[in-house]
Amino acid sequence: MDWYSIVFYTFAVITLGGAGIVVFSRNIVYSAFSLLFTFFGVAGLYVLLMADFLAVTQLLIYVGAILVLVLFGVMLTTNVIDVRLRSGTIHVLPAMILVAALGAALLHVFWYTNWNILPELPMVKETAPEIGGLFLGTYVLPFEVASVILLVALIGAAMIARRGRKV
Amino acid sequence: MQLGEWFQNPGLTHFLIISAVLFSFGVFAIITRRNAIMVLMGIELILNAANINFVAFSRYSTGTLDGQMIAVFVIILAAAEAAIALAIILNIFRNFNTVDVDELTQLRD
Repeated sequence: MDWYSIVFYTFAVITLGGAGIVVFSRNIVYSAFSLLFTFFGVAGLYVLLMADFLAVTQLLIYVGAILVLVLFGVMLTTNVIDVRLRSGTIHVLPAMILVAALGAALLHVFWYTNWNILPELPMVKETAPEIGGLFLGTYVLPFEVASVILLVALIGAAMIARRGRKV
Repeated sequence: MQLGEWFQNPGLTHFLIISAVLFSFGVFAIITRRNAIMVLMGIELILNAANINFVAFSRYSTGTLDGQMIAVFVIILAAAEAAIALAIILNIFRNFNTVDVDELTQLRD
């Protein structure tokens, strides 16, 4: 076992353990907080895949922004004072069968397909300068569209959530 | 390849398997939970699973950064989606006093 494997399995356990608590916990606040571990573990997996820029982006946007938004949502829409934090579940058994079939199919495909794997992995290099170049080169149109989408989402979210709106 | 040897050398398949399990968890959360915010968390899990696949293939199969670029765009859309969805959920809670997706059968009261 080298260090790469040890770190890999550590982050894998953090990711999947967090996701398991998210899915199976009865208390929605626990679910929201274990989402933190899942996002953090995924960021660690990105580091192992030599995606340094993406790992930091994951930490900033998922852990810093989306998780805080979700927590605000939980706190604002649940009656914390009453003990009504439980989030009910419906038709668990059919869902388990369906999800088990889906997961088995995915695992089968991932395991048995002969993926095109590079004979020699590229050298470790910093990705931020190249990603910046690609943003303003090949991907300049999606980049501009994404900026417009973010602006629209910002204005739209503020409009929708505003109090006392007459439509 | 021997299974023990496979366990000791993390490669493309390992990351794909993690993403498959994460995806299944996300689908399970979406199907079984009644709380709209839990459904949103399931969607975030699915998006993360897809991102792991993109980055893993970018590292092991193509050797270029295209997969990472797509993953950046997925993160951007996930942020926009979370903001809009939570605004909608807050509005629903204000109007109906519940975020239970089973009870929300009308668009207006």
